[in-house]
Amino acid sequence: MKFVFIILGVLLIPLSIAAGLIWVERRLLSVWQDRLGPNRVGPFGLFQVIADTIKLFFKEDWVPPFSDRPVFVMAPGILMITILLTFSVIPFGPGFLVFDSNIGILFFLGNSSLGVYSIVLGGWASNNKYSLIGAMRASAQMLTYEVFMGLSLMGVVMMADSFSFNSIVLAQKHGWFIFPQFVGFIVFFIAGLAETHRLPFDIPEAEGELGAGYHSEYSGMKFGMFFVGEYLGITLISAIMATLFFGGWLGPAFLPPVFWFLFKTMVLICVFILLRASLPRPRYDQLMEFGWKILLPLALLNLLITGAVLIFFK
Amino acid sequence: MPLEIMIKIQIDGKEYEVEPKKNLLETCLALGFDIPHFCFHAALGSVGACRLCAVKKFRNAEDTKGKIVMSCMEPVVEGLIISTDDEETKQFRAAVIEGLMTNHPHDCPICDEGGECHLQDMTVMTGHNYRRFDFKKRTFQNQNIGPFIHHEMNRCIECYRCVRFYRDYAGGKDLNVFASRNNVYFGRLEDGTLENEFSGNLVEVCPTGVFTDKTLKNHYTRKWDLSNAPSVCTHCSLGCNIIASERYDSLRRIMSRYNGEVNGYFICDRGRFGYEFVNDEKRIRKAEIRSGKTEILTEVDDSTLFSTLKDTFTANKKVIGIGSPRASLEANYALSVLVGSYNFYHGISTKEQDITKTVLNFLQQSGIPTPSLKQIEKADAVLILGEDLVNTAPMMALAVREASRNKGKEMAEKLGIPAWNAHPVMQVAQDAKSPIFIATPFKDSLDEVAETTFRGNLSDIAGLGFAVASALSAEAPTFKLTDKDQQSLAEKIALKLKNANNPVIISGINCGDEQLIRAACNIATALYSAEKKGVLSMVLPESNSMGLAYLEGKSLDDAISLTEKEEIDTLIVLENDLYRRATSTSVEQLFDRCKQVIVLDQLTNKMTLKADIVVPAATFAEAEGTLVNNEGRAQRYYKTIVNKNQVKESWRWLAEMIRIKTDSPSVQWKKFDDITSALIASNAAFAALKNYFSDADFRMLNEKIPRQPLRYSGRTSMHANVAVTETGIQPDIDSPLAFTMEGSHANPPSSLVPFYWSPGWNSVQAVNKYLDEPNGRMKGGDAGIKLIISVENAKTTYFKANIQPVELTKGEFLIVPVYQIFGSDEMSSAASTLSQRIPEPFVYLNPKDAEALKLEADELIQLEIDNTILKIKIRTEASIGLGMAGLSVNLPEMPFVDLPGRGKIYNMKVES
Amino acid sequence: MFSILRTIWLTFLHIFHKTETIEYPEVKPYLPPRYRGRIVLTRDADHNERCVACNLCAAACPVDCISLQATEDETGRRYPEFFRINFSRCIFCGFCEEACPTYAIQLIPDFEMAEYDRQNMVYEKEHLLIDGEGKYHGYNFHKEAGVDMGVKGKGEGKNEETPVDVKDLMP
Repeated sequence: MKFVFIILGVLLIPLSIAAGLIWVERRLLSVWQDRLGPNRVGPFGLFQVIADTIKLFFKEDWVPPFSDRPVFVMAPGILMITILLTFSVIPFGPGFLVFDSNIGILFFLGNSSLGVYSIVLGGWASNNKYSLIGAMRASAQMLTYEVFMGLSLMGVVMMADSFSFNSIVLAQKHGWFIFPQFVGFIVFFIAGLAETHRLPFDIPEAEGELGAGYHSEYSGMKFGMFFVGEYLGITLISAIMATLFFGGWLGPAFLPPVFWFLFKTMVLICVFILLRASLPRPRYDQLMEFGWKILLPLALLNLLITGAVLIFFK
Repeated sequence: MPLEIMIKIQIDGKEYEVEPKKNLLETCLALGFDIPHFCFHAALGSVGACRLCAVKKFRNAEDTKGKIVMSCMEPVVEGLIISTDDEETKQFRAAVIEGLMTNHPHDCPICDEGGECHLQDMTVMTGHNYRRFDFKKRTFQNQNIGPFIHHEMNRCIECYRCVRFYRDYAGGKDLNVFASRNNVYFGRLEDGTLENEFSGNLVEVCPTGVFTDKTLKNHYTRKWDLSNAPSVCTHCSLGCNIIASERYDSLRRIMSRYNGEVNGYFICDRGRFGYEFVNDEKRIRKAEIRSGKTEILTEVDDSTLFSTLKDTFTANKKVIGIGSPRASLEANYALSVLVGSYNFYHGISTKEQDITKTVLNFLQQSGIPTPSLKQIEKADAVLILGEDLVNTAPMMALAVREASRNKGKEMAEKLGIPAWNAHPVMQVAQDAKSPIFIATPFKDSLDEVAETTFRGNLSDIAGLGFAVASALSAEAPTFKLTDKDQQSLAEKIALKLKNANNPVIISGINCGDEQLIRAACNIATALYSAEKKGVLSMVLPESNSMGLAYLEGKSLDDAISLTEKEEIDTLIVLENDLYRRATSTSVEQLFDRCKQVIVLDQLTNKMTLKADIVVPAATFAEAEGTLVNNEGRAQRYYKTIVNKNQVKESWRWLAEMIRIKTDSPSVQWKKFDDITSALIASNAAFAALKNYFSDADFRMLNEKIPRQPLRYSGRTSMHANVAVTETGIQPDIDSPLAFTMEGSHANPPSSLVPFYWSPGWNSVQAVNKYLDEPNGRMKGGDAGIKLIISVENAKTTYFKANIQPVELTKGEFLIVPVYQIFGSDEMSSAASTLSQRIPEPFVYLNPKDAEALKLEADELIQLEIDNTILKIKIRTEASIGLGMAGLSVNLPEMPFVDLPGRGKIYNMKVES
Repeated sequence: MFSILRTIWLTFLHIFHKTETIEYPEVKPYLPPRYRGRIVLTRDADHNERCVACNLCAAACPVDCISLQATEDETGRRYPEFFRINFSRCIFCGFCEEACPTYAIQLIPDFEMAEYDRQNMVYEKEHLLIDGEGKYHGYNFHKEAGVDMGVKGKGEGKNEETPVDVKDLMP
């Protein structure tokens, strides 16, 4: 029975955060832009989420006649599934996780690599030049940033001596890994932005050039899945950062561990939104250049130094 | 045409090969340069008055200074170097426009020319955009110059184009120039209607808004708001090309559409102002059925109509159809398919049908070419036999006028003055005219260009013709006139025709005399067999008389005599008011002997009131159709108005009836192309149509040709009062044109040009961009395809002269028809403005005859002809022979009279 | 690198700035007189319609939402027989006002035109025509033009000579 509650918790908490983000992001953006944001529906405009959901559900679920129908329908689902699966290995609190995998980090990396299929297939099945260009960009971008996303985490893995998220959290009892692994954190954070194709790295959907990129042809709840998928992605990356670098659910005992985990996650989400409010989108070649020429060497250097320091002190 | 040796000139540093003997302006325009100009008009030549077409001419390649010359007065010569965009010339042109604009009023928003104004275009083109002249503007009082043209003299810029066209080109007398210096005034001596038959062209000739279309003023629409379609004038047999323009579902105006072979830049007033019948209240817009024996026709919807028609066709076996010379080839063909060609009647009298067939057979088999109007303009000797051109084929009269000036041009040419240099040519020519001989029963306004006129009855004229033929060739049937003077005239005509390079014989069937036609054919044969030159032009009565002659069918008289023998179940009449073609007794007899009469027509008339089923047919502005003009040129008109209510094209109604009647899927004509391809397959003579006309799938750069200009306004608001939701573009399955402004705005094929527009050229002068050269061919060839192909080495055959001497009993008169440009045509007579110009019915009578009958002018007389008694006014006319009378025919309210004929005239005072 | 961080920081600081939003409809914003809102047709000082049905507004309209038909009264004065604006298409660009040669068509600072039925967004002349002269006072096109349309005779306009006597040949 407890197990069922855990599964439900792990499923519903990220989903409700992601849904809530619809409102949070718009309010935060407007605060940073000296506006008010949605404040008409319900108290503080909170019901905007419900209104938006109703709108998405009631929109015509249109599948373009020129598209590859089965693939077109499947694509948004893949995104949701891969992200939600990853949450199963993340500890929300002590014992509050679906299963404590000893290869948790690898599971996360593998799933996020699968996530790119959703976008490539969606872009391809749309049978539209802008969608295809968006999908191509997404795949190149995600392949690139995948590489040092993994590498940047290896420092944490070495220090905790484990791939298991739970063990990593426990290994931070005496100090968060953000301090020794600051470079790793920065690299992971940037790679995470690119992985979720959030601004400033939203090149695959760059509305100024590609319409809406890979999801140009999507509408209704299929678009909604891409939409919520993006917020789920942010939540996931924030949750992983909180777990790997900020001690996860660890925190002063006057509040339950789950709160600390969610609090850290929320703060990181807000940083994501702040970046969106402040930074312009780089050009595609700049993005690739930044990845291969700066972040990759940095990640390798971080790995080398961490390894050397660990061996030196052992 | 002999190929001229091309010469090289240099414009703006680029070398061009051009034709010699032209002026620089027309050469530059032909090459596509935008040279501003005012007084130059390609049909009128150059006078160098406005100084706007300035360009810079350089002495040689080293000359950098150059000098400003007027391009319209500059002949092109080998090695000429000019610059069109030199700074000094630009300033010069801007200064000229600034000068012209000093007195031009601040009128554009309320000026009908606005938006298609040559002055606006030129002002923008020269770059003059700010008024510096602070003094007062001179003003003029306007004149009322009749129902067609509006006069607003303040706008005049004194380019003299109007009088040059009206007086020098069209031969008008009542428009002139008055006063001096910058008070120069163009108008009439006093208020009154402009008399000339071509006055409407002033609207297009005038580069500003002095002369504007008064009928357009009643429902004024800017040029950019008009939806246009290429069309063909249906008011006489010449088939002048027109642009029909629509806005808010009504036909707004007719403009001439350039066709280098047919009408050139101009059209006559009947063609321009006869359009109003399309919008008339008398239009039939709903189908009507007479239920049972009740007298009233009731409006019905399509489904009731179709079920009634189905009952009709299943119950009735004997169905005959009467076609019409004013309906398109396709409509007539559809009718003949519906009833079977054995039951198809042409709807014209046996006499008219026989003469038309004679003409067609002669033109097809003799090998003698029939000229286009352009070729008539080039003629240096013309013989007109019997036909009153001004009233039956006005544009041909204009062509003959142009031909009369060829003598002067020839004289000037000998002095080294090129033909385009209009004023010196006139000075040289003085009164010299090409030899033109007119033989008609009474005078007309074309007489003034004739070298000699001949007056007599139709037999006299035919006799003259046979004598000319006999004088031309020994092979022709020998015929000598007893009158010495007449015989010497015949010989003189023969000599002049023989000596001319391009002699033209013109005759026509409107007089209704077969001997006349035979005489004309004999002259042409004699001339052609002896000299291998000479062309024969035959004027026919109606727009598709020639086309109808191609179809197999019997005459209206045959139909009437058929009903005498047997009873007919159903009679279908296509766009034909039979009361204009047969006596009312015989038409009524025809009706009585038919159980059911179905009439397809556009306007309510006596026929439609008698019919059992009235079907609303589309006019030329609402339908597609092919017409064959008097020279055998097949031309197509396209719809400009989307059909509303129940109005449908006649061919579509008939195709529908065929579907109802046969119920077979073999004949399923859904769109215009279906019926044209069936028509083409039906007769080898139409084979040429197949390749010439573009079908509805034709696309320019994958797009249809838009009917509307790029600036068409109000699309989201025009019909918003009915429903704010927009219904989208009306599809057009019948033609390559589209009811929209979207599509390819590149130059379409010449038969599909819906309007003239080019960047910077909003006025009608944009036509130059559609031509190979000013006054030349349309790009890609002129519109229309000739169905009559000249036969090589045809056998020379002559008609026998069969002239019966005219013997009149006492009180008897020979009655000849008198046609009127305004009134004798059925459809244009229904136009409200034009109908103001229709005269009351009248009889021409020689003053001596009138005196003998103790009659005075304008007195009512009684005319008895073929059991018809008419009470009608007389007009004394000295030119008509003794014992002859001319009766105005086909005017509204006139009963049918079979002419020519014999009739008796009584003085009503004496009778009573 | 530093500039990126500075940008992020400065953006973050906007949390403490005042919001610029005016909460319409509770708070009505100030609209300047030349604000481009609803379109009206004005009259001249003599209380006659200024519109001369020249069609320039319709031609200038980028969404083609103006349509009209010209007609004339017995004095020859031209005015629109109907004048229709489909406000459900209008984008309030003001091109019509700029194109108008007679100051007839003007945009006013009223934009509250919402309707539940789109058909009600179609305004005819009687809805558009107002009683006053709007923003531009004192202009009467017919006094400037050369045509006699019942407002002034030939040669009686502001900058016109008396009509020429055609029969006078004096230089």
